[in-house]
Amino acid sequence: MAAFGSFALLVALALAAWNLFAGAVALRLMAVGGPARVSPERLAETGRRAGIAGFVAVTAAAFALVWSVFHNDFSLEYIVEHSNRALPAAYKFAALWSGQEGSLLLWTWLLAMYGFILRLTNKGDVKLHAYAGTILAAVQIFFLVLVNFVAPPFSGVRGGIIPDDGNGLNPLLQYPEMVIHPPMLYLGYVGFTIPFAFALGALMMRYPGEKWIKITRRWTMFSWLFLTIGVFLGMHWAYAVLGWGGYWGWDPVENASLMPWLTGTAFLHSVMMQEKRGMMKQWNVWLIFSTFLLSILGTLLTRGGLVSSVHAFAQSSIGDWFVGFLVIVLAVCIFTYVLQRDHLKSEHQLESLVSRESSFLFNNLVLLAACFTILWGTLYPVLSEYMDGTKKTVSGAYYSHVMVPIGIFLLLLTGVGPLLAWRASSFKSLRKNFIAPLIAFWIVVVASLFSPIHPWFDEGVFYAFVTWALAAAVGTAVLSEFVRGALVLHRQTGRNIADATLLLVRRNTRRYGGYVVHLGIVLIFIGFAGYAFNRNAEKELAPGDTMSVGSYTLKNLGNTQESNLNYDTEFAQLQVSEKGKDEFTLAPERRLYHASGQPQTMVATHSTILWDLYVVYEGVNPDTGMPIIKAFLNPLVNWIWAGFVIMVFGTLLALLPNTGLQARPAPAAGGDR
Amino acid sequence: MNSSQLRRFALAMVVAVAVIVGLGATDTAGRFNDLGHKMMCTCGCAQVLLECNHVGCTTSTQMRAELQNQLATGNNDSLILQSFVQRYGATVLAAPGTSGFDLIAWIMPFAVSLLALIGTVYLVRNWARQTRLAPTGGARLETLNAQDEMRERIRRETGADEGE
Repeated sequence: MAAFGSFALLVALALAAWNLFAGAVALRLMAVGGPARVSPERLAETGRRAGIAGFVAVTAAAFALVWSVFHNDFSLEYIVEHSNRALPAAYKFAALWSGQEGSLLLWTWLLAMYGFILRLTNKGDVKLHAYAGTILAAVQIFFLVLVNFVAPPFSGVRGGIIPDDGNGLNPLLQYPEMVIHPPMLYLGYVGFTIPFAFALGALMMRYPGEKWIKITRRWTMFSWLFLTIGVFLGMHWAYAVLGWGGYWGWDPVENASLMPWLTGTAFLHSVMMQEKRGMMKQWNVWLIFSTFLLSILGTLLTRGGLVSSVHAFAQSSIGDWFVGFLVIVLAVCIFTYVLQRDHLKSEHQLESLVSRESSFLFNNLVLLAACFTILWGTLYPVLSEYMDGTKKTVSGAYYSHVMVPIGIFLLLLTGVGPLLAWRASSFKSLRKNFIAPLIAFWIVVVASLFSPIHPWFDEGVFYAFVTWALAAAVGTAVLSEFVRGALVLHRQTGRNIADATLLLVRRNTRRYGGYVVHLGIVLIFIGFAGYAFNRNAEKELAPGDTMSVGSYTLKNLGNTQESNLNYDTEFAQLQVSEKGKDEFTLAPERRLYHASGQPQTMVATHSTILWDLYVVYEGVNPDTGMPIIKAFLNPLVNWIWAGFVIMVFGTLLALLPNTGLQARPAPAAGGDR
Repeated sequence: MNSSQLRRFALAMVVAVAVIVGLGATDTAGRFNDLGHKMMCTCGCAQVLLECNHVGCTTSTQMRAELQNQLATGNNDSLILQSFVQRYGATVLAAPGTSGFDLIAWIMPFAVSLLALIGTVYLVRNWARQTRLAPTGGARLETLNAQDEMRERIRRETGADEGE
């Protein structure tokens, strides 16, 4: 099967090469025109079909690797390193992306799958699709070269001696979310290749208007959605597995996923200005170029060993390949842009500082400032080493100072933007739209003055109260958009308010789906602010002993050890009471995996709408023989997960087509929009 | 309240805040927590010292004990951090310092954001002025109308939604 997989990858490379060659020649022939020995259309078609066949070949290779994992083929180095006989089936599947070679194969397969869909759905504009398909083939060639020659997943075991069993999967990855998180993240990263290919293709062929943006809108939104899901699943996994009490550690690998998400978010907002008013064409092209480049940079950070990370892949020379690829892609983007920039002139210009367009511009500014800050912090250790010979550490302590003000400004714009009208907002509409959010803001500010925890003695607490006040304002602003629109429809159609709201959303799913996403963001920020009030306690807890954190008291009922084929586990049975009542038990555990010999924490959590009681079994103190229990009280964490679910729902809503447009109401929400 | 009373009230507030902040700073448990979050565990786990949760991590246990000892000697926070840097190297600090080249690490994000903000405001105001001054009739208007029509046609052809 290994030989079959290797051969399939070679075939895929040959097919991608033909796709690129045939596509490039055909497009050149189409551009110069005149008679040719070969019909450019037919040549382009052979390229397209090669791309489709390439997907089949990469699928065969991915299948071969999965088959080898499930059949414990320890003649392959990759299987030895990332699987073992006792590994549960779901995690055997996850072994496909748990190592460098397998994850590159997954990336290649996803790229081929996206290409397959692109090449099958070229009904809109054949020439633009041919450009996009050819650019995509060039990207595919890079990854196929990697999996064929640089990091081949089907390499034989070192030394030629086939072991009886493998080293097993990294224990950190043996968690249900880890079966979903990497593919989701990769679907996002890889997905941005499609709008990138369309943008570059449209620029190369001087494609008129904004059609390429409209064609790629769903591609972009799907990619952004997958990246969002991937990022949040990663956060939840870090929270549930790593056992340090937090969900975001500002690790370079986490940062790598956030950067393209930020530029992708900026792009999703900015394209609306191009669609509506033919503005920001150069900006949009560079936003999608940057998003793709940051996806590749993220991969370089993860795999190249450029920066230290707790969950990067093993260091290897593969980083040089990614640097080379980045340089080539950047050069092509700059060259094409310089050559064709006159094609990207704006048709309109901003007319007022107080308008929807300028709010999008500021939103883009803040998102890019956030992206730059993260990039700066991620690369600063490398820069500091270059400058003074010492690799400085840039951890959460740095980001919490520099990112919080940026995040708060972003939250503010989330609420302000939708309240402004296109072109210019009148003072009357500003007053009408802003009065309710301002009242909500001041209610929270006044309430904070009377709260038992004063906001002015601690930076974190101060920011938390500012965030909550702004969240109240933004939430009110977004909800008022629904209420205003629904009231107009209620008056026009006589439907009740619930029906009118539903009709409102159905008539413009994109706008109201976007507002739902903004509501999700509000909830997430409320949850983030709760971090300022985290508390924790640590104690050696002998059976019968108790400890307290917040209003909870934890009593150790005893420690237990169990074993199965995959791991040994020891856990504490903790009886928890809140203010002397509501008793329940928690069983935090620590596993020791047989194959790898590595320990793994399994956190026990009791979640409520207000806080999480998060308990970690830290192991046994070798001196006293007593188990060490660390308990955290993390406020408002569930708001983050709820906000994420609402974001996903809002994005899916925005992807639905509009319906119910028979009796269109006069525009009401947003004043003089 | 006359200006003299107002000044006295302001002074009293400043003193009160300084006393409260000062009281907070001498709280040993608070300082331990604060300093423990300004340093990294050097065992290679890339975690903040007080958040290192490796079973049997002797490095963090030793560093925590060292921090407790330093606090007991009465050294101020700056001296304690310096002694850790001397012992473990600059990588022990969880964030870059605020002097020399490290200052750039802190300034750069805000400087870039501020410059971008000023640039954007300038750009928007400039565009707005140009739009007000631009002739609205004749050929330019025809071109814009044609472009808007094309945009509408694209919307119809691609079935794109209206958006925000």
